[in-house]
Amino acid sequence: MQHTGIVFDIIKYSVHDGPGIRTTVFLKGCPLDCIWCHNPESKKLEPETTTKITRNKVLKLSYSETKDVVGREVTVDEIINEVFKDRMFYEQSGGGVTFSGGEPLMQPKFLKELLLKCKEQDIHTAVDTSGYASKEAFELIIPYTDLFLFDLKIISETEHKKYTGVSNKLILRNLIFLSEAAKKIRIRIPLIPEITDTETNLGQIAEFLSKLKNIFNVDLLPYNELSEGKNKKFNSKAQLENLKMQSDESLDKIKKTFEPLGVEITIRG
Amino acid sequence: MNDRIKILREKSLNAIPALSHERAVLITEFYKTGAPEKFSVPVTRALSLKHILENKKLYMEDGELIVGERGPAPKATPTYPEICIHSIQDLDILNTREKISFKSDAQTKKIYEDSIISFWKGKSIREKIFNSVDDAWKEAYSAGIFTEFMEQRAPGHTVLGNKIYSHGLLDLKSEIEIQISSLDFYNDPEAFDKREELKGMSIAIDAVINFAKRYSELAKEKAAKEEISERKRELEKISEVCSYVPANAPRNLWEALQYYWFVHLGVITELNTWDSFNPGRLDQHLYPFYKKDIEDGTLTPESAKELLQAFWIKFNNQPAPPKVGVTAQESNTYTDFCLINLGGVKENGEDAVNELTFILLDVIEEMRLLQPSSMIQVSKKNPDRFIKRALNIIKTGYGQPSVFNTDSIIQELIRQGKSIIDARNGGSSGCVETGAFGKECYILTGYFNLVKVLEITLNNGIDPNTGKKIGIETGNPESFNSYEELLSAYEKQLNHFIDIKIKGNNIIEKLYAEYLPAPFMSVLIDDCITKGKDYNGGGARYNTSYIQGVGLGSITDSLSSIKHNVFEKKILSMKELLKILKSNFAGNETMRQIFLSDTPKYGNDDDKADSLLKQIFEIYFNAVDNRSNTKGGKYRINLLPTTSHVYFGSVCGATADGRFAEEPLSEGISPVQGADVNGPTAVIKSASKIDHLRTGGTLLNQKFTPQLLEDESGIEKLTQLIRTYFRMDGHHIQFNVVDADTLRQAQKEPEKYRDLIVRVAGYSDYFVDLTVELQNEIIKRTEQTGI
Repeated sequence: MQHTGIVFDIIKYSVHDGPGIRTTVFLKGCPLDCIWCHNPESKKLEPETTTKITRNKVLKLSYSETKDVVGREVTVDEIINEVFKDRMFYEQSGGGVTFSGGEPLMQPKFLKELLLKCKEQDIHTAVDTSGYASKEAFELIIPYTDLFLFDLKIISETEHKKYTGVSNKLILRNLIFLSEAAKKIRIRIPLIPEITDTETNLGQIAEFLSKLKNIFNVDLLPYNELSEGKNKKFNSKAQLENLKMQSDESLDKIKKTFEPLGVEITIRG
Repeated sequence: MNDRIKILREKSLNAIPALSHERAVLITEFYKTGAPEKFSVPVTRALSLKHILENKKLYMEDGELIVGERGPAPKATPTYPEICIHSIQDLDILNTREKISFKSDAQTKKIYEDSIISFWKGKSIREKIFNSVDDAWKEAYSAGIFTEFMEQRAPGHTVLGNKIYSHGLLDLKSEIEIQISSLDFYNDPEAFDKREELKGMSIAIDAVINFAKRYSELAKEKAAKEEISERKRELEKISEVCSYVPANAPRNLWEALQYYWFVHLGVITELNTWDSFNPGRLDQHLYPFYKKDIEDGTLTPESAKELLQAFWIKFNNQPAPPKVGVTAQESNTYTDFCLINLGGVKENGEDAVNELTFILLDVIEEMRLLQPSSMIQVSKKNPDRFIKRALNIIKTGYGQPSVFNTDSIIQELIRQGKSIIDARNGGSSGCVETGAFGKECYILTGYFNLVKVLEITLNNGIDPNTGKKIGIETGNPESFNSYEELLSAYEKQLNHFIDIKIKGNNIIEKLYAEYLPAPFMSVLIDDCITKGKDYNGGGARYNTSYIQGVGLGSITDSLSSIKHNVFEKKILSMKELLKILKSNFAGNETMRQIFLSDTPKYGNDDDKADSLLKQIFEIYFNAVDNRSNTKGGKYRINLLPTTSHVYFGSVCGATADGRFAEEPLSEGISPVQGADVNGPTAVIKSASKIDHLRTGGTLLNQKFTPQLLEDESGIEKLTQLIRTYFRMDGHHIQFNVVDADTLRQAQKEPEKYRDLIVRVAGYSDYFVDLTVELQNEIIKRTEQTGI
């Protein structure tokens, strides 16, 4: 059966979502409600109306839609045709396709089919996940996923709940599971000033990671000021104001926290 | 960069381009002696070069290592009245125009008024050209269907090979003498013509050797007076170098550079050749000298760099000769298109990147001068390290070097009939033009406005700007029932204008062969000596004439809009469309938005648009390729604009892609500004759908924000992006990495951004020297970069 799913963007020459030159497919819908979310248009699973649209021509939304609607129901083949167009770039650069969101595992069957089709053509696959999905969903995609980009935000459960709207129990459990079952994992830590970038939290993350296998990289993602403007567009509460990106010195310090893990640490992925 | 170079560089940057009457006076003086009546044309031309070089003022800057100026001072730019007579009004315009001005004083004006204009009136090649072409040509030319490269500048577009590094001019003179003595007057009906041409070459050699000797003497005089002993020794060395080369083959790096420089000055004094002249594969030519000098201990990498930087400054001192009218519009720049080639492959096919390649890249990075331009030739055999080094220069926003595909260049040349050795020794010059260096006369003859032809097709042969019928009747477009009918009408119209252009070219080529041969250039390019024929008359081993198509993106998107909106979706009729275009979208912004946003566009890896691109490419290719020129060679196409896309846009009404009347067209094979919204991989995929290997060069401009090149991973990915384009046979790609805010600031305070160089289209230019239209276009281009 040909599955369909809701996708809200495809970005080519995406260079920060895994190795090489990649295409990133953004699946809509996210169970988390992070107050720093830089993809607020991804939260709801359904297509939704905004006052102004971002660039999005790959999906060929019609003229009126490009003005108003984010997300569209698409078939697996439509997406695959689009991402296969750049296969020569993937081959040349050691790149591939990244499925991001939202939380791509909100649409597990659709995601599995996309991954399977990529693997059938020997295209490298990555899944960018918040970790907030059922174990079964992960099991479904593990065989076809070369790399997990796993977002790890806060270790304290109460804090996690406070800033993302959900408990992190499931997330941490899935990460332990993946560290046994997945091929390769890259941990991505969004550095939100005074929320995730505290010494305590980062220390706890490092401690947690030290017990896991199959962690190959840690990516530190400094706070992106752009999301403020985007939040306004989507009528989200603009909850973070006047936050500044981390200085180079503080990034260096943060980097040191993770050095004992003995894995590659990158800033900005 | 050391202090000496810093000072020389600063002097060059600060020199103000001026118009010098020196050459005009000397050549007029010579022609008045009655020599043209006494001697054959090639001999007269050679003697006039000799007269100029014997009598012109010499100029030597304090601290210089490589010497010789074309004018009486840096950036004092000569005129060539035998080609184009500047009127007093031209001199005023040149003096006062805001961009690309050439200062002149009352004395120059007076000299022009008293002796230059009156003497040359009726004799210049420009007048001969306009008197010889027919009305159809003139009408198409004034309508902006095509431009004419040779109406103010002589055919050039060639690059030197490796000959001078193993042969002194005296060696070449001996070859000429042998040729003369072996002429067979009993059996060869052309023997006399050959003898005169060869005599001209021989005289031209004397002219250039004597010119070098004058500099040798000057350096000797200066040395005698010099009190600082270190400089005294340098001046003595300069004197020695100039007395040895160009007469003899160079023995070291210094002599090789100085030899080239005298040759360069000879070529650009003889005639004002398009794309002045160029040493081409500099890292290849110089490497043996570099290596030997280092081994001998007579040179260090630092002193090599200093000599190369001194050499660089000499190029920057020679602006392109003043251009007026349409020629100024199609190539509105001081740059004279010397494109230094680095990397590529050796003639045996091996990776040619060497130690000197990297030193030259250092020189490019440090000098940041408008001239010479530079490029890297990237073969699949070259290491990534080479590309990455170049990208680290490009990312500073300098727009240089541009990046070329050696493997494509070689295949293009071989398709045109060159030997594999000549192809491997070739490269690209000017903007992106492919050539067999040292062996080929490859002339750009003019830009061709692909979009204007559609406008005329949509008006059944009439130019709506003037109401004149300049095309043929290809049917009332309102009667067309399909896109195919429109395309077939377009094809007929295009062939009509290409015929007119080629007929004109075949006249103009002959005028140059007849009246303005180039004996000195002919010494340098094989096989002029052995054939006894002039460079302008078919003497080169290969002879190619190019017509450069402009507006590929605009024409594709316009046709796509008509196909999609008129014939397929039928959201408006042809009649309505023509009305809207005529009114320049007045009151029809909604429709313009549909054309802009809801119509398949080239540059997005969308076959709906890209398939039309391929059709246009084939139509243009078939109209031009493989037709014969007058030199025993063929016509070929290439796709590049210099600045003609702005001029061509200014003569075109509104177009169906949503472009307003008079706005610039797309440049090279780049998508229409702002039409590509899927990022660089999509642009590259789209651009790869035409067959680059059947062209003589294509130009693709890509815009990047500096952020994408910030770190090593960004450089690595861009390297692989280039490699992928080249795997798909892409010919050339260049990058502009300046942000829009900086450019806007430069517009406001040009004085603070004197050194801001941006990539325009196949060449770089000072941003502040661009017209406001071009500046705005580059700002617009730059703003769409964010990914």
